[in-house]
Amino acid sequence: MTAGRKIGRPILEIDGVSLAFGGVVALQGVSFDVREHEIRAIIGPNGAGKSSMLNVINGVYHPQQGTVAFKGRRRRNVDPHEAAQQGIARTFQNIALFRGMTVLDNIMTGRNLKMKSNFLQQAVYWGAAKREELEHRAKVEAVIDFLEIQHIRKTPVGRLPYGLQKRVELARALAAEPELLLLDEPMAGMNLEEKQDMSRFVLDVNDQMGTSIVLIEHDMSVVMDLSDRVVVLDYGRKIADGTPDEVRNNRGVIDAYLGVAH
Amino acid sequence: MTEQPDTFPRLLLHQARLRPARPAFREKDLGIWKTWSWAQVADEVRILACGLAAQGFERGDRLAVIGDNRPRLYWAMMAAQALGGVPVPLYQDAVAAEMAFVLQDADIGFAVVEDQEQVDKLLEVLPQCPRLKRICFDDPRGLRHYGQAELTAFEDLQAAGRGFAQHNPDFFADELGKGRPSDVAVILYTSGTTGQPKGVSQTHAAMIQTARVLVAFDGFVEADEILCYLPMAWVGDFLYSYAQMHIAGFCLNCPESPDTVMTDLREIGPTYYFGPPRVYESILTQVMIRIEDAGWLKRRLFHAFMAVAKRVGIGILEGKPGIPLRDRLLYRLGEILVYGPLKNVLGMSRIRVAYTGGEAIGPDLFDFYRSIGINLKQLYGMTETCVTVCMHASGDVKLETVGPPMPGVEVRIADTGEVLVRSPGLMKEYHKRPDATREAIDAQGFFHTGDAGYFDSGGHLKIIDRAKDVGKLADGTLFAPKYLENKLKFFPYVKEAVCFGQGRDKVCAFINIDTAAIGNWAERRNLPYTGYADLASQPAVLDLIRECVEKANGDLAQDSTLANSQIRRFLVLHKELEADDGELTRTRKVRRRHIADKYAVLIDALYSDKTSCYVETQMRFEDGRSGTVSADLQIVEAKTFGAAAARKAA
Repeated sequence: MTAGRKIGRPILEIDGVSLAFGGVVALQGVSFDVREHEIRAIIGPNGAGKSSMLNVINGVYHPQQGTVAFKGRRRRNVDPHEAAQQGIARTFQNIALFRGMTVLDNIMTGRNLKMKSNFLQQAVYWGAAKREELEHRAKVEAVIDFLEIQHIRKTPVGRLPYGLQKRVELARALAAEPELLLLDEPMAGMNLEEKQDMSRFVLDVNDQMGTSIVLIEHDMSVVMDLSDRVVVLDYGRKIADGTPDEVRNNRGVIDAYLGVAH
Repeated sequence: MTEQPDTFPRLLLHQARLRPARPAFREKDLGIWKTWSWAQVADEVRILACGLAAQGFERGDRLAVIGDNRPRLYWAMMAAQALGGVPVPLYQDAVAAEMAFVLQDADIGFAVVEDQEQVDKLLEVLPQCPRLKRICFDDPRGLRHYGQAELTAFEDLQAAGRGFAQHNPDFFADELGKGRPSDVAVILYTSGTTGQPKGVSQTHAAMIQTARVLVAFDGFVEADEILCYLPMAWVGDFLYSYAQMHIAGFCLNCPESPDTVMTDLREIGPTYYFGPPRVYESILTQVMIRIEDAGWLKRRLFHAFMAVAKRVGIGILEGKPGIPLRDRLLYRLGEILVYGPLKNVLGMSRIRVAYTGGEAIGPDLFDFYRSIGINLKQLYGMTETCVTVCMHASGDVKLETVGPPMPGVEVRIADTGEVLVRSPGLMKEYHKRPDATREAIDAQGFFHTGDAGYFDSGGHLKIIDRAKDVGKLADGTLFAPKYLENKLKFFPYVKEAVCFGQGRDKVCAFINIDTAAIGNWAERRNLPYTGYADLASQPAVLDLIRECVEKANGDLAQDSTLANSQIRRFLVLHKELEADDGELTRTRKVRRRHIADKYAVLIDALYSDKTSCYVETQMRFEDGRSGTVSADLQIVEAKTFGAAAARKAA
């Protein structure tokens, strides 16, 4: 699977991140890294802090302690939109698409940050604005082709089944041409066939676009098949970190999943 | 008359000279329709042929082509023919093991395939197919890490071709010069309902001659457009798309993906369309569902004008006289308000000629399309005859027939009722199967179709059944059970029917009602019911079915050959025929003999004077338990008409 893929140096480094909401501690001194071209899974029981971790990475939450370094730039507080500009894109656990808009328009919003023409130019749709839109559309079409959703190009997202909506969300994230892609439970609620399709797309994205991927997923067989390394969180703490095999045999992980007295 | 090009490669160059800038292929890629002109295609094919030659493709070699309809795959077929080779298109959804059979049977050494999916299948069967040396793929996605020596990317093959062409500038023209019209142009594998598929070898001469007849028959010109969405391995696609474009010079449009066909249809607006009945049926179903979801105004308009279309649409399409002015005006209004927009949505606004074939089409379905002004016609033929045996001419269309024999085609009916065909489009042979060839083509050169049929008074051929299923009544007249059953099943209330009559003095039938349709009908009449068995025994339902049977009898009486097959007595079965009980095959075909054994009591009752019969049957429920159902079944007498009455009197 990883034959021609070169895993490079760390692209994202999380160092001693702690996050609390009032008295509730979501993350406690978590450190790990994600390397170039790597698929990195974050797993853990409900409430372990997985989504909070993603939210820290793309700047939705600002940790009280610790730092996040993306492409060598260390920072503590970054806004989601800065994170996006630096090349981080994500999908959400509960699909966040514009339901009344078509698939094509939804994916076009993924190009938003790359659009240079201003509001007025776009309103008259002339000259640079028109040229730019054509370029963006071509990029979007490449993504549509990649994810095989040509047949729903003009369909409003609200009319699509859940599995396809998930794919559209991935398409929108890819349209931003990210270097780091954060996927929050991309396969939740899918049937086996949809999961297999989605797994293939995740692998293809990683393989052909060279995108590094951080993945939260509950389906263990998916995690074990897809990821190069796995971080395990439990009650906001990192309890294991390693290859799928190492993690699978880790005592602490087994306890966390099967439950022991804390 | 000037010399006509007599092989496909020569036709290609001919078209490229005649209309170099006209579009020959279109494909939607990344959301945009891309066009290749005839001149570009001729050049692509030259490069590709040189590329194959550089890989060692020689005269007589066979090239497998596997994938959805893509311009590059069509070009690969053209390139193989240019080199004197034989393209063998395979069904793209076949599993690896099925492909292995064809690859071995046709001694295939080269393959041009669409994508990773097909590459994987070929690699899987590679050990069983030692001849297969080269696999060229069009779409490189997912194949980056495949290291197999057999694999070549399409672009690399083109590059090799360009290099080869530079060193051998006369090669392509020389190879073209060597081609003869009697060479095999393509081997098409028939799906074969029994046993292994057979490869049908068709020559350039047969295909080209047939295509010329077809182009003249419907007057196709370069401005026609066709969307090729049916499998490339099917004779219809080869003939209607590939062969006819070479003659008429029209453009083939390849859909973006199999899922986008409906959208692509609307964007292209083809003038010429082919589909098996199920395609027309699914389009109509979609329309009906969406209309029921539409607002009340649209729905009312639709139904009101469809009623007009039903009354006079077909007459107007066929230019019949005597249609009142008021109806003509109403139809004109309907065209603006309903039929026009509907055809536009379906991508059928520009259709000049549409065909269906392969199996019987229901009257409602057929009439629907014709009544909104789509010139839907039927045809009859098979791979072995380049399809083209009989076709409806525009303006001479009958639901029940497949039209008169085409120019140059001789059709004979054997004593057994089997349809025999001799035509210029007849296959050369079954590939490597001289035994099967001898069995299919007799000493006089007639091909035995295996279908039973006869000519009606207008000279149209009517196909009634597979010849082996056709029998005779006691008085020697023709008995075609499947034909009768289909006739009954076209009524929405009848789900299944089984007709008996072989060696008997009259035809009787078992009928399964359609629970959904009759349930709905019962609800509208406030008839309470509990389930199938209850519905099936209600007198009102029996009356309804009797009306259907009598309507079918009325139709049969019109036809002197089948008038004796009118259904005299029938009963509605107390349970639905099920594959689980061995009464149907898994593809839902009636297992007549098994049913006759199982329900022998009922058949005896039908052929006696009894008016009812008690029956008890074992049945298996969906959860695997079995039990018995019993019922006292009413036997219903149906009215018969005309010819039968005459026979009785005689």
